[in-house]
Amino acid sequence: MRFIARRLVFYAVAAWASLTLAFVIPRLMPGDPASVMFARFHGKLGPEAIDTLRATFGFTDAPLWEQYLSYLGNVLTGDLGVSVSYFPARVSDVIATGLVWTLFLTGMALVIAWGLGTLLGIVAAWRRGGWLDSALPPLLLFVGAFPFFWLAMLLLFLFGFTLGWTPVRHAHASHLTPEPSLAFGWSVLTHAFLPALTIVVATVGGWMLDMRNTMMSVLGEDYITLAHAKGLSPRRVMFRYAARNALLPNVTSFGMALGFVLSGSLLTEIVFSYPGQGYLLIQAVRGLDYPLIQGLFLTITLAVLAANLLVDLLYVRLDPRARGRAS
Amino acid sequence: MKGLLRHRRARAGLAILAGFVLLSTVGALLAGDPAAQVAVPLSPPSWDHWFGTTGQGQDVLAQTLAGARTSLVIGFSVGLAVVAIGALIGTAAGYLGGWADDVLSTVINVFLIMPGLPLMVIIAAYLPTGSTTIALVLIVTGWAWSARVIRAQTLSLRDKDFVLAARLGGEPALRIIVLEIMPNMTSLLASAFIGATLYAIGAEVALEFLGLGDVGQVSWGTNLYWASNDSALLTEAWWTFVPTGTCVALVGLALALVNSAIDELGNPRLRYWRRAVSTPVLRRET
Repeated sequence: MRFIARRLVFYAVAAWASLTLAFVIPRLMPGDPASVMFARFHGKLGPEAIDTLRATFGFTDAPLWEQYLSYLGNVLTGDLGVSVSYFPARVSDVIATGLVWTLFLTGMALVIAWGLGTLLGIVAAWRRGGWLDSALPPLLLFVGAFPFFWLAMLLLFLFGFTLGWTPVRHAHASHLTPEPSLAFGWSVLTHAFLPALTIVVATVGGWMLDMRNTMMSVLGEDYITLAHAKGLSPRRVMFRYAARNALLPNVTSFGMALGFVLSGSLLTEIVFSYPGQGYLLIQAVRGLDYPLIQGLFLTITLAVLAANLLVDLLYVRLDPRARGRAS
Repeated sequence: MKGLLRHRRARAGLAILAGFVLLSTVGALLAGDPAAQVAVPLSPPSWDHWFGTTGQGQDVLAQTLAGARTSLVIGFSVGLAVVAIGALIGTAAGYLGGWADDVLSTVINVFLIMPGLPLMVIIAAYLPTGSTTIALVLIVTGWAWSARVIRAQTLSLRDKDFVLAARLGGEPALRIIVLEIMPNMTSLLASAFIGATLYAIGAEVALEFLGLGDVGQVSWGTNLYWASNDSALLTEAWWTFVPTGTCVALVGLALALVNSAIDELGNPRLRYWRRAVSTPVLRRET
């Protein structure tokens, strides 16, 4: 329990730090964001819109600590202000439209890549020196050296534009409305295929190598030799004895890698014009939509913190030592 | 260093890096002005323009070579800065221990757990565009990882006899850190530097691809930004983005090769362990 308590405190600190960063960074900018946007959208935004923006950012004449408190109050009640590029939609509503797609795409790709990579790592370590062990890791690492979004561009170019096998943009065909029908489901799957493939191809190598390396050290343990000596079937030794114990460090790195994978998948979304958080982010950047940038930063960061908390809870379930341990 | 040159993987990696340094300096001079409009926009690779031209009629080869210089300079200088900051904070946390370590470790872990891209975007969006901002953003998002490894190494060195002897001899903490602890982790510092450079090049390309850098400057990131802006995919102009991406991957691969060689040379246990426990294939690797 102490382990969980410590982690909870840590996540609270991390959440507070990200909230504070999002408050401090705009104030480091020369001038203030509201005036910059006013200059840029001159004529398109009325003075009342600017006042709304100023209020959201807390750029008032009040002392800094008062601005900070009212900002924290706004954010904690879910009030992220008004978006400029989607004016007059609220930032929270704009973000909500993209959240489902990002969770769907990244979640699916992450689970597939992690499962596949772990399985490949188990088999590679088991048959060390086999063709799987010697050919695949260098190849996957080479693929992993390419920029994430560049792989997306290449796959989109090859399969989307040149061969025409897959759709080239958006999350579903534009003539279909979201409904639980077969046609819509199929459209969603075909649209997600290439972006998901990009994420899987770019990350599977890392998972595989991690798992292979921990498997290798576990395979050197005495209890594995004993299990063999007892005459247990190789499959049983491989999965129940070796892989089960090697899985633990891999779960920890799952949490650590989440931020990296998410960053990559945001970029992938941009290449595929996939209407998730990444796509909103680039819209916000192009439109100098500061409230939206800020809202996205907070949503994504807090989501990663929450996901890491989940991984920690899972870790406690998997590792009996963590339940009683002080640290 | 001598051992590094004898290592096969390290030699391959260093050769690729040296090639890129040469290409980005001498090669870029020979290739001419990357910004000049030299031919019909989006013409495919030909004898006159080996890599074809961009949507603005610029030579892709010249752009790739000029981009290499910008990206490598940013990559290596950010790598250096990241290791310097990481060493400062990491050794301080590891050596001082107690509440100082608690505070510093928490800060390190907070920065580690925050997803990089959104943090980079929010900083780059507010500050004035330019190379300085990009470098700053990369340092802010990248230092924590090296601080974490260096802290762990300091912790294991802190209780060694020679450090204890120095402390009992009344040497000041700073002197012990710089003269006793640091020299014993040169290989770690070197691999942290390479890891940070690898990260910096990748992140710089991503940031500039998003249009958060100075899009008037030629770098690998802006090359990809313009390729995507000029609808390279729609016009099937693969030559506008394939060379740059391949270069990024080659440099990444070279850095990874050198890094794995440093790990093996600097950590004899890794080699010993492999020989003792593992299989013929792994032995061939060492």
